[in-house]
Amino acid sequence: MRFDEFVCFEATIPELQAADRDGAITELIAALVKAGKISSESAKEVAKAVIKRENEASTGMGKGVAVPHVKHAAVKHVLAAVGQSSGGIDFASLDEQPVYSVILLISPVNNPDKHLQAMENVFRHLQKEKFRKFLRQCRTPAELEDLLKEADENPSW
Amino acid sequence: MGERVLEKLVRETTVEIKNAEGLHMRPAMQFVDTASRFDCDIIVSNGQTNADGKSIMQMSMLAATCGTRLHLQAQGPEAEQALEALRDLVEVKTFGEPPP
Repeated sequence: MRFDEFVCFEATIPELQAADRDGAITELIAALVKAGKISSESAKEVAKAVIKRENEASTGMGKGVAVPHVKHAAVKHVLAAVGQSSGGIDFASLDEQPVYSVILLISPVNNPDKHLQAMENVFRHLQKEKFRKFLRQCRTPAELEDLLKEADENPSW
Repeated sequence: MGERVLEKLVRETTVEIKNAEGLHMRPAMQFVDTASRFDCDIIVSNGQTNADGKSIMQMSMLAATCGTRLHLQAQGPEAEQALEALRDLVEVKTFGEPPP
């Protein structure tokens, strides 16, 4: 599944205000509300669910990236927001290092296959050092959008 | 000068994902935890992508939905035990998750 099929480009944050994990998750969900992708009523509940999931096992996979996620009825299609933190955020990552790029993923409850396909795309790119580096270098939402679309056009890059 | 034969223990098998949610991150982590207990390399393939069975990032790239068959290749002294444990996790315990 391509980035442009599930990333909300109106919910990319080149510099997160939050300096902690739960704050970053809440900030990204707020961006999705602002973009009109989820209702403000469900935002709190979604944040709670993502944080609960994160407390069960960190999605900080190492190498400065985290992919907090949850399956929730608030969405009908897989939806993602992307945030960067130049200062780094403690995500209790596997490698105990700070996280600089956060991809927040919300998937519908009744379509596990789509969730896996989105995850496949996220990790295929995130495991490339070049992609992680470029991601961290993005300074504006437009640059983030360009990078993700470029990744879509060059799957092997 | 006899030729020294290095025995490389390689074992292969195929397992099928049977839990409804497929190989999402939590099962993938269980897989990596189990694989990492054994002294051998493990390569997992879905026919398109090869992943290191001890890397959570790579395992998350397999998009192994329910019904997906994964080919496992283990190489090293504990190859056989590793594949037995992984088969048990994937097909018998089904990661502690329900079928469809």
